[in-house]
Amino acid sequence: MLTYILRRTLMMIPVVLVISVIVFWIIQLPPGDYVSSHVMELQKEGEQLSAAEQDALRERYGLDQPWYAQYLAWIWGILTRGDLGYSFAYSQPVLAVVERYMATTLIVAVASMVFTYVVAIPIGVYSAVKQYSVGDYVFTTVGFLGMATPNFLLAIILMYLSYIWFGNPMLGLQSPEYAAQGWSPARVLDMLRHLVIPVVVIGTASTCELIRVMRGQMLDEMTKQHVLTARAKGVKESTNLRKYSLRAALNPIVSTIGWSLTAIFTGSTITAIVLNLPTQGPVMLDALMAQDMYLAGAWLGFMAILTVIGTLISDILLAWLDPRIRDERRARA
Amino acid sequence: MTTTPEDTTPPAHLVLTVEDLAVHVPTEHGLLRAVDGVSFEVRAGRTLGIVGESGSGKSLTAKSLLRLHPAAFRESGRVLLHGADGSGADGTDALDIMELRRDGPMIRAVRGRRIALIFQEPMTAFSPLHTIGDQIMEAILLHRTADRAEARDICLEWMLRVGIGDAQRRIDQYPHEFSGGMRQRAMIAMALSCEPEVLIADEPTTALDVTIQAQVLELMQELQAETGMAIVFITHDLAVVAGTCDEVAVMYLGRIVEQAPVRELFANPQHPYTRGLLRSIPRFGMGRDERLQAIEGTVPQAIDLPAMCSFRDRCGARIEGVCETAEPRLLELTDRHQVRCFLHDPDAPVPDQPVGSTESTASDPAHAPVVPEESPA
Repeated sequence: MLTYILRRTLMMIPVVLVISVIVFWIIQLPPGDYVSSHVMELQKEGEQLSAAEQDALRERYGLDQPWYAQYLAWIWGILTRGDLGYSFAYSQPVLAVVERYMATTLIVAVASMVFTYVVAIPIGVYSAVKQYSVGDYVFTTVGFLGMATPNFLLAIILMYLSYIWFGNPMLGLQSPEYAAQGWSPARVLDMLRHLVIPVVVIGTASTCELIRVMRGQMLDEMTKQHVLTARAKGVKESTNLRKYSLRAALNPIVSTIGWSLTAIFTGSTITAIVLNLPTQGPVMLDALMAQDMYLAGAWLGFMAILTVIGTLISDILLAWLDPRIRDERRARA
Repeated sequence: MTTTPEDTTPPAHLVLTVEDLAVHVPTEHGLLRAVDGVSFEVRAGRTLGIVGESGSGKSLTAKSLLRLHPAAFRESGRVLLHGADGSGADGTDALDIMELRRDGPMIRAVRGRRIALIFQEPMTAFSPLHTIGDQIMEAILLHRTADRAEARDICLEWMLRVGIGDAQRRIDQYPHEFSGGMRQRAMIAMALSCEPEVLIADEPTTALDVTIQAQVLELMQELQAETGMAIVFITHDLAVVAGTCDEVAVMYLGRIVEQAPVRELFANPQHPYTRGLLRSIPRFGMGRDERLQAIEGTVPQAIDLPAMCSFRDRCGARIEGVCETAEPRLLELTDRHQVRCFLHDPDAPVPDQPVGSTESTASDPAHAPVVPEESPA
């Protein structure tokens, strides 16, 4: 198993490198560069930059070179100095920008994932065990509604309700008065209150989807022959459900945990804009629009690494859960 | 599975009596009478074979004995489990399984402990995510001991007894590391580890190749001789029946159409369906050009059937004007041979002598068939 993990980790390196090349190439595909979009911005404000000044800027940022030369310089900086490049828009190193938004992004993403699993799995199991009961129909209806409602609409509705009921639309991740303070229990509590709406909004669609998946999986597993075998041995229904059906039904869900993390990261951009969340989604969008290429490239590269690691984690979990896969791996390792 | 002449030995004590068992399944097309009025007895140390085509209701009958059907199925009749020493053979303190709640502790105490079940598919009968040992020990821990070390010892002992060599290593392996034959052995070990009074084997060898099949059957016979358990052997394979069973019940469309000791049934089949089944087996020494005689048609769906002989449409010996008038009764030809057919019924609606063999009724008027309910147990 250890050799397997080691081998997979080594294989990740070329994959990530190739992805980084493609990402960088795509980012610089649109015509123009940061300087030209910056010039446009300035023109809106009535300022002008001469052609000589523009060229000087390009030279300073290395934008006058072909894209592969820029890429090589960038990746060399990352590999040798851990330098992710410079964000033109923020006039800061990319690392500093990333650091600022990383914690909040992770908090929102992980909280949404936990919400999804904690809510969806019990409901899915309930729906399967009580198939065609009133409860099952209620959850099915709510589930389809949740899947069909656009996130931003749900976000607006919840903000409105929060404003009506509590007098506060709960924008952002913390109240302004805490922004300058250090961490205190009150600030944590404030943040948790602010997390409710984003987590519900971001988590709802995947929760509803997972309920359907879980219900289907459970229905499938509960009619398996070995469940009948266990019943014929005199095993209690509750034990049977937990030990055999639930255990097996969780496998495909575990195997997709890795991807769902990235999906929640990237899928919440619109929600983050609507709710004014200090997460990476809006930052990423701005960086792409302004052709702030090193910031965009760093984020996209980060997402790629996350996907690859997520897949690896899923594979390891699956091998840990399913002896058949474990043996197959062992045979190939 | 004693192969000694079973007709002469005194009957062993009764273990299980099934009376008028019915399983009706509501479907969108109507009520499916999957099992309809089945009665039989099982005695200690003996094997009852239940034979029939797919859809005859034989597997549903087996599951009914342990109340394994979902609540939507309508079941009726009695399944009496007598005391282990035969004390309840008169039916007084027998346990009626059909009275037990489907998920209750009473039925759970019977499942696996007093009546055990072996399924057809050893490939799917084990959970792929748990070790073989864990799944065998589950039954032992439920019914025999709460001590894991002891349960493991019992499990190892049974694995060796059913011929799984290297049990110490095998016990911690997963089902996918076992071959089909080995899995069926493990299944038998699991079923027998709590020393049940009745073993129901639902097509235990169908999914296995012939050499493994013979080994498994032999193993079951040996274990029966050792433990004295009764076996209900459900199969469609008459060759297997001939080699293993003492008594045979032939099922067709949810009913028993003929029941007799195994030799009697093979030597002297009375129901046209039984004869058809016997003719459809390839025999050694058959001519190359000789065709196997299949029974025409397929088993109809047991939904909204008119009150007539259900085999009538496929029967080569049907009597026009008789077979469609009513449902034939189960008649007693001898005290151990019963058949459900108008050919043998002196009270059949039209008294015409049918063409074909009706030896027992036609030649011997004194030997009047009686309705089986009045027969000595």
